[in-house]
Amino acid sequence: MAELVIDDLVVTFGHRQRAFNAVDGVSLTVPHGTIVGLVGESGSGKSTVARTVAGLQRATSGRITLDGDDLLHTRGVDRRHRAQGVQMIFQDPYSSLNPRMTVGETIEEALTTHRDLNAKQRAASVRELLELVRLKPAVAGQYPSQISGGMRQRVAIARCLAVRPRLIVADEITSALDASVQGAVLNLIRDLQRELELSMIFITHNLAAVRYIADTTAVMSRGRVVEYGDAEEIVANPRHPYTQALVSAIPRIENAGTDHLLRLADEDGLR
Amino acid sequence: MTPSTSVSGSRRGGYRWLGFLLRRTGRMLVAMWVIITVAFLVLRMAGGDPVRSALGATADESVVQARREMLGLNDPLIVQYFDYLAGLFRGDLGVSIITGRSVTELVSHRLPATLELAGIAFLVVLLVAVPVGLGIAIITQGNGRRGVETVFTGVTAFIAAIPEYLLGVVLVIVFAITLHAFPVAGRTGPASYLLPVIALSVSAAASISRIARIEALQTLKDDYVRTARSKRLPAWMVYFRHALPNMLTATLTIGGTLLGAMIAGSVLVEQVFNWPGLGMAFVGAITTKDYGIVQGLALVYAAIILVVNLLVDLVLSLLDRRTSLLETS
Amino acid sequence: MTTRRSALSRQPMAIIAVCMLGVLVLLAVFAPVVWGDKAVAADPDSIALPLSAEHLLGTDKLGRDILLRTLVATRLSLVMAIAATLIGACIGLLLGAMPAVFGARAQRWFASVVSTWLAFPVLLVAMLTVVLLGPGATTAVVALALTMTPSFARLAQTLSSRVGGSEFLAAARMLGVSRRRQFTRYVLPNIAEPVIVNVTTSIGGGLLALSSLSFLGVGVQPPDFDWGRLLSEGFGEVYNSPVAAIGPGVTVVFAGLAFSMLGESLAAHLRNREHGKALSPRRLGPAPVAERPAETPSATATDCAETIVPLLEVDGLSVSFPGPDGWIRPVQDVSFRIAPGEIVGVVGESGSGKSVTMMSVAQLAPAGAAVTARRLRFDGEDLTGLTPAAAGKVLGTRVGVVFQDSLTALNPALRVGTQLAEIPRVHGAVGRRQAHEMAVRALDDVQIPDAAHRAQQFPHEFSGGMRQRALIAMSQIGSPSLIIADEPTTALDVTVQRRVLALLRRECAESGAAAIVVSHDVAVLAELCQRVLVMYAGRVVEDVDIALLATPERLAHPYTRALTASLPDLDTDRTTPLVTIPGEPPDLSRPITGCAFAARCAFATELCRTETPVPVPHRHGGRVACWHPQDAIAPDTTPGREEVGA
Ligand SMILES: Nc1ncnc2c1ncn2[C@@H]1O[C@H](COP(=O)(O)OP(=O)(O)O)[C@@H](O)[C@H]1O
Ligand code: SF4
Ligand SMILES: [Mg+2]
Repeated sequence: MAELVIDDLVVTFGHRQRAFNAVDGVSLTVPHGTIVGLVGESGSGKSTVARTVAGLQRATSGRITLDGDDLLHTRGVDRRHRAQGVQMIFQDPYSSLNPRMTVGETIEEALTTHRDLNAKQRAASVRELLELVRLKPAVAGQYPSQISGGMRQRVAIARCLAVRPRLIVADEITSALDASVQGAVLNLIRDLQRELELSMIFITHNLAAVRYIADTTAVMSRGRVVEYGDAEEIVANPRHPYTQALVSAIPRIENAGTDHLLRLADEDGLR
Repeated sequence: MTPSTSVSGSRRGGYRWLGFLLRRTGRMLVAMWVIITVAFLVLRMAGGDPVRSALGATADESVVQARREMLGLNDPLIVQYFDYLAGLFRGDLGVSIITGRSVTELVSHRLPATLELAGIAFLVVLLVAVPVGLGIAIITQGNGRRGVETVFTGVTAFIAAIPEYLLGVVLVIVFAITLHAFPVAGRTGPASYLLPVIALSVSAAASISRIARIEALQTLKDDYVRTARSKRLPAWMVYFRHALPNMLTATLTIGGTLLGAMIAGSVLVEQVFNWPGLGMAFVGAITTKDYGIVQGLALVYAAIILVVNLLVDLVLSLLDRRTSLLETS
Repeated sequence: MTTRRSALSRQPMAIIAVCMLGVLVLLAVFAPVVWGDKAVAADPDSIALPLSAEHLLGTDKLGRDILLRTLVATRLSLVMAIAATLIGACIGLLLGAMPAVFGARAQRWFASVVSTWLAFPVLLVAMLTVVLLGPGATTAVVALALTMTPSFARLAQTLSSRVGGSEFLAAARMLGVSRRRQFTRYVLPNIAEPVIVNVTTSIGGGLLALSSLSFLGVGVQPPDFDWGRLLSEGFGEVYNSPVAAIGPGVTVVFAGLAFSMLGESLAAHLRNREHGKALSPRRLGPAPVAERPAETPSATATDCAETIVPLLEVDGLSVSFPGPDGWIRPVQDVSFRIAPGEIVGVVGESGSGKSVTMMSVAQLAPAGAAVTARRLRFDGEDLTGLTPAAAGKVLGTRVGVVFQDSLTALNPALRVGTQLAEIPRVHGAVGRRQAHEMAVRALDDVQIPDAAHRAQQFPHEFSGGMRQRALIAMSQIGSPSLIIADEPTTALDVTVQRRVLALLRRECAESGAAAIVVSHDVAVLAELCQRVLVMYAGRVVEDVDIALLATPERLAHPYTRALTASLPDLDTDRTTPLVTIPGEPPDLSRPITGCAFAARCAFATELCRTETPVPVPHRHGGRVACWHPQDAIAPDTTPGREEVGA
């Protein structure tokens, strides 16, 4: 596994008067075998960082390197080699799988693009990967429309692992899932990370999830990283006012049965 | 969030609309120029000598030469082109090769008849098809009344498959020849409008009402219709105030080329009912190979259709305040 | 799922269309062979005869039988229409799909060319082409293909840009799948079906357009003839023999109809395969109602004290939707009461029936839903058995609703102020100006800055949080005694969510209104509510005081316990795996016997799998629908376990 270094990344959308920096000078390091969490509210630029790292979005300026390999200027680099650098898992498992390919074909696609395997080896690898993400081998014959959201997200994870990438970018991979399934996917990511020593950027708007899963956390606001530190520490003792606002806004079960909200309403000046 | 951003926000909306207007107008002008050039070239390139083929093989060579001279066909192509453009700016649409008469004059005589026919038919289509589509959608929403749905789809599919001219022929046979109920041909008074308008509008109305029904079904499922119901507004308010405008924009966006299609359809209907409009002249000119008239009339038709499309787009963009339309074009 | 009755062969329209096409194909193949000579041979003995047994449609000026000519013309008419459509489709697809490869700017430029091209009506372009190339069958085909090209290009453009922007294609690109394979395995299969439908329908349209050209005399030229040509010849003689024109006309309509029907049944087939077409009302049978064993006590008793007259009383509410395999039952036998001024939460995973329940209570169930209830009372008035419209009239503005997605819940075509003001206009019978003032005041009350100006704006000019507050203002303006809020904060960021929740809480506190708040987030409800209903697979499984959520060990239902334990919060132990609920929620389109949670429940017994538990009063003060409540781990107090053990 590898080390990712993002240095002063800027991504601009729109032209001239309407131009704005969705990512505005972000620097971030993902050390070998660790999970770096990226939190922030919608529109803060998290996904744009993810897409740029994954090569799906052009950077305006800055540098991104993986073990010293330049990820922004990949012209002439073999596409297979590039693919083994960074792989991304998307938020919506409904649209990230080709509806016209079975689960098995989807995973095979990832396998055969990178290795020459005969039919038997392919079937074995597919089975192995499905097992890895805790799915039954029978799922291989099904189409995405025939399986649930949680299972689809597991398939997407298996497809990503099939390439054996050096870095995985997971963008809000649990937010489209039901509450009772989210925990299972988080557990899976954690187990896999330990087993396979994955390096990962884990993007979410859910501070509790990122605290649970990440080693270090970066908080983004308006295209900038406003706070960076140990995942647990950043929630326990937020220093930046924005992080403090985020943490204090999280609803808590402990407040059950109190008039907490009415007090907040008074603070807000609501009559 | 703050008042100041909101004000600048709506002002930016105004600019965007202006930009949209300018872009659309620009695109229309470009299209017009393309058509003018094509029409110009068609006249010069259509196989052989257009004057000779229009006047016939028996025409005297000196007559042909004189007509060529008069049309400026002996000048270099580029000179002809600029002469032609200059003429257009003066409102000169050229002359008939055969009679030498001004096309502008022809248009000024015949345009009103065509516009009346197409315009009335267009209104009839909208006034019939949109309410019918909405009404049927209201009746058939949910899972009930499969029968109504089947009958409606079947009948409209059948009607939409009848071309305008065929309906015209049938109308002529039934009402004019068999029943002697209406004037057979020509534009002779209010009664003479009835059959041509019906011929032109019925099949368009059928297909638009199908589109309208599908759009209305979609609209009735939209969240804001449920919101309107949650306010316990009277049914007519839910349907006409909340559903209709949104359904109308969707219908017009899809059926947007309708008016253009009706103008084209008028060419056929004029033929059937001997209607003294542009279409009769146009078809006549094509069959007699009078490319002078063809060229001029094609330009007029193109201009009408482009302007109409522009107007429809502008109306739509005013109806649909969301940014989608402004952004995507 | 795959062997639905959507199979094309079982659609009557498809069968009819295929039969019609079969007739046409037979004619096209054999008619010219059999009658070809007779159809063109002039017969001076039978010129312009009217219809007779020998000549069913009469004869033309040269004495040729019009019926035979019509049948023989099938070949040319069909071949021309099909050729033109295919040429147009191929060029269009190529032009439409190619710019996707060349990037965004090429795509925009091309889109504008195509839409200009599209603006020219079929007939005009065709006629100009005829002028350029001279009339004839080939010209007509070229002309028609030219006019069809842009609409196919537009279709291909829309479809391929949809696929081009999809995440599965992005994933394939990231995997390093080659461009060619991306096109053949990802793009093509996902756009093929709508294109095929469109081509089929277009052949019908092309047939009509070609016949129009021939009718005008600028299409097929003599001695060739197609239907349009025959029609035009017939029309020339319309005073002598009207049928001469009608015959070919009928065939034109017949063929046009055949293609458009086939296209439409293909489209319907694709739609149904995706969504499944609901059974017809006849085959569905009557909607299911809540059946409950007679001996169970009335299940509505809750901690909402018996002495208070409840504001809302729901007993045995069931909602069913027509589905492809019979009724789908998202809500079954739901009962609860709301006291005046009480704030009650409803929690459950997506699909557990929260929204359907609430919308049915508010009389806003979607068209087609079958809503039944043993008892439904609001504020002392009985709504049981009323139609939604009638019940809605009774409710009036006493129930205010806040919807989930504020962008779609507001009408995009109306100003926000207008949408608020129409409530007092209609119900309060106040004047336009006064209603508008009330709307501005309501917006001001929910902290919308510069409310007078904002009232003049359209919903899309508002930010998400502001729209949600406008929706709350709208639910308040009629001074309701019950507010139903369906996921009011789901789409919002946490900081905005907190403001909206505080606002909602404050409004209830000030007006004394009761509220039902739906959410999938237990923590949100914990902050806002006094009591919570937990829903699973369309049933209320637990109804409990909110304070108990903070002490999961006092909760009784295994699902509730698992739900509160499974989500990480800011104190979760990072070194141990999260507690999870194995498996997935059940499929509601199949009947469920026993407890719906049994397949995922660690405490399930045989009883659970055979008997459906109903909510009964429980010692924690609320109600629980479970044979083996887990709050006190004392098996001898749970009758179910004893039974199984015995
Ligand atoms: N392709 C694009 N064109 C224009 N703006 C974009 C594009 N993609 C994202 N944005 C904008 O960039 C900002 C940051 O977006 P994003 O990275 O998606 O944030 P997040 O992941 O935190 O939601 C948003 O304001 C969004 O609207
Ligand atoms: S009834 Fe049985 S299966 Fe259902 S929740 Fe209770 S113990 Fe589990
Ligand atoms: Mg995002």
